[in-house]
Amino acid sequence: MQSLVIVAHGSHLNPDSSAPTYDHADTIRAVGAFDEVRTGFWKEEPHLREVLRTVEGDEIYVVPLFVSEGYFTEEVIPRELRLAGWDVAEWDSDGLSADQATLVAEDIGRAVHYCGPVGTHAAMTDVIVRRAESVTDDPDVGEGFGLAVVGHGTERNENSAKAIEYHADRIRDRGRFDEVRALYMDEDPEVDDLPDYFESDDVVLVPLFIADGYHTQEDIPEDVGLCADHTEGYDVPAVVDGTRVWYAGAVGTEPLMADVILERAGEAGADLGGALEDVRETTRVATGD
Amino acid sequence: MTDATRNDTTAAGDVVDVDLPGDAFDALLAAADTLEPDAVVRFEGGTLAADDDGYVLETGGDRRPGLGDRELHEALADHAAAVTDWYLFERVVGEFGPRRAFLRWLEDADGLPVARRYAALADGVVREWGQLRVTATVTDRGERRYEVRHVDDAGVAHEDLTAHDDPREAREIVTLDADGRYRPLKTAPTLRTGWVFPELGPREAYETVETVYPATVANWYREREGELDVDHWRETMARQSGIYGVVETWDRGEGHEHVNWVAETCCADSQCLKRREWEYDADTDLDVDGGDGVFPCREPCSLVVSAARKWTRLESEPERTYEFELTPSEKEQLEALIDAVADGRIDEIREADVYKGANRYRTRFLRAKRFDGDGNLCGVPTDPDGDDAGDGE
Repeated sequence: MQSLVIVAHGSHLNPDSSAPTYDHADTIRAVGAFDEVRTGFWKEEPHLREVLRTVEGDEIYVVPLFVSEGYFTEEVIPRELRLAGWDVAEWDSDGLSADQATLVAEDIGRAVHYCGPVGTHAAMTDVIVRRAESVTDDPDVGEGFGLAVVGHGTERNENSAKAIEYHADRIRDRGRFDEVRALYMDEDPEVDDLPDYFESDDVVLVPLFIADGYHTQEDIPEDVGLCADHTEGYDVPAVVDGTRVWYAGAVGTEPLMADVILERAGEAGADLGGALEDVRETTRVATGD
Repeated sequence: MTDATRNDTTAAGDVVDVDLPGDAFDALLAAADTLEPDAVVRFEGGTLAADDDGYVLETGGDRRPGLGDRELHEALADHAAAVTDWYLFERVVGEFGPRRAFLRWLEDADGLPVARRYAALADGVVREWGQLRVTATVTDRGERRYEVRHVDDAGVAHEDLTAHDDPREAREIVTLDADGRYRPLKTAPTLRTGWVFPELGPREAYETVETVYPATVANWYREREGELDVDHWRETMARQSGIYGVVETWDRGEGHEHVNWVAETCCADSQCLKRREWEYDADTDLDVDGGDGVFPCREPCSLVVSAARKWTRLESEPERTYEFELTPSEKEQLEALIDAVADGRIDEIREADVYKGANRYRTRFLRAKRFDGDGNLCGVPTDPDGDDAGDGE
């Protein structure tokens, strides 16, 4: 019996924090690749500490719904899941290449496949592009548009910037958008000065965050100047210093994220059958025809 | 509920009117067909085996060898309740320990014989789990149906409740309380009313409970098995890292009174329906009650850890002596205000009920009279030597 466990941060304050986790779990349940799909959280229930005891399967894949490698994926999650003998060297990662480690979870005495975070997976690049398509409602968006991928800077986590740059580089190499830039909240190039970094009249702004919350709903909209106060809301697109900014909100809310979760589990050995194709199909942006 | 007469009849062995459905019969045959040599399939009141001459049915000392499918089906018709019960728990519910134990507990399957259980289930067997009221019933095919609703909706008609059939829909029910506020703790006694899952199968019933109260069944199951892994305050705080690493420093070798306060604050039944099983450490029990909940709490939760981080900082401040001029009634009013906030009763105090200390007008009057322009009570600065305003927000 094959089980998928999606683990995420969650929140004591914000009910929207866990919403993408539940949505992606439902998408994956619907394609039937796993006998069960469970969710566990750091700040909600079931807690990371107790989620594995709710899991029935004997082939268990744990996928962290986090944007980068760092404190949570390397320290908190393995500790709370009680992965015996965990050492970050198991991943042998350069900050972007964590794939999976198979360890016994002492809580249940069974092996689990502990995967790298979704945010550093190559498939995440497609989700960022898909997010741009969603917010512009244009499956061919690119020509005449700039794309800004935004994240925390290195202040909180040095790998955070690596993930942002990795995806920005990959999208730039595809030549689909006129310009692609990585911008940060707490270091240069700062998202506050977004119009300075783009020549295009239209710029899609995609924050590399899992869920909408304080950073994506309050910080970034105010810093960019989409609104003076987040409580007023903002238009999409909103004109800032002559640039039309298409603010996408957290990339993690994009339905295609379920694909990245599946990719992680599949690369760790899960039998996915045709689930990847099914998820890509069911999460496609409508063309409006 | 079941009346005494009916109980007497069924206790004497009378069979509740259950037809033996094909799926249960086929599953029993399949089990017999795949047995190891000399093994039997056991259901209540009988066994079934298979050999070269056909099936061998033994019931109450009566051995009937050489039965074909049709004969066996006829013979088992008198044991339909027992066979459907076998099918339910061995095939439909499955092996997963927490789910199986919970569904058996719902109808006391380990305490009552099939006939008495089916008689009770015919009328509905009710169990409460936190604020959930679960009613188990049996169909005339021996299948179980479960109705799940809020305990406070016990007598409410179905048509007055919003019906749901997918356990995942419970996620929306548990997210916000009746006032539309986010519930960060699923086991807080703030589950809203007004909904019902009228007809769930056994696995769906378990999933609904798991969605409303995650991991409570798993922990309850471990406790029943004598395997609940309790992490006490000290070890839980020692495990913390990052911004929560500081909580460990709150334990200064000066007793555990601060943890009593935390438990009284966060873990009372009025705040959380789990029964607190963790203590200060394995050798030092806390002095406050752990509550009466049916499911246990095995370690300080993330809300307790987060709050404890704040208290660790607040409680590191040295005490000072302040002098305030208050009337006796004003002192009592401050106490009434603290009580009203701590017990969540602010919304119950009526607009014009100026007899209550925590009434808004009474409180505004106190502020108008006793606060200076900087918000200092009685004009007494928090720090008389400077502008350090403390962390009293």
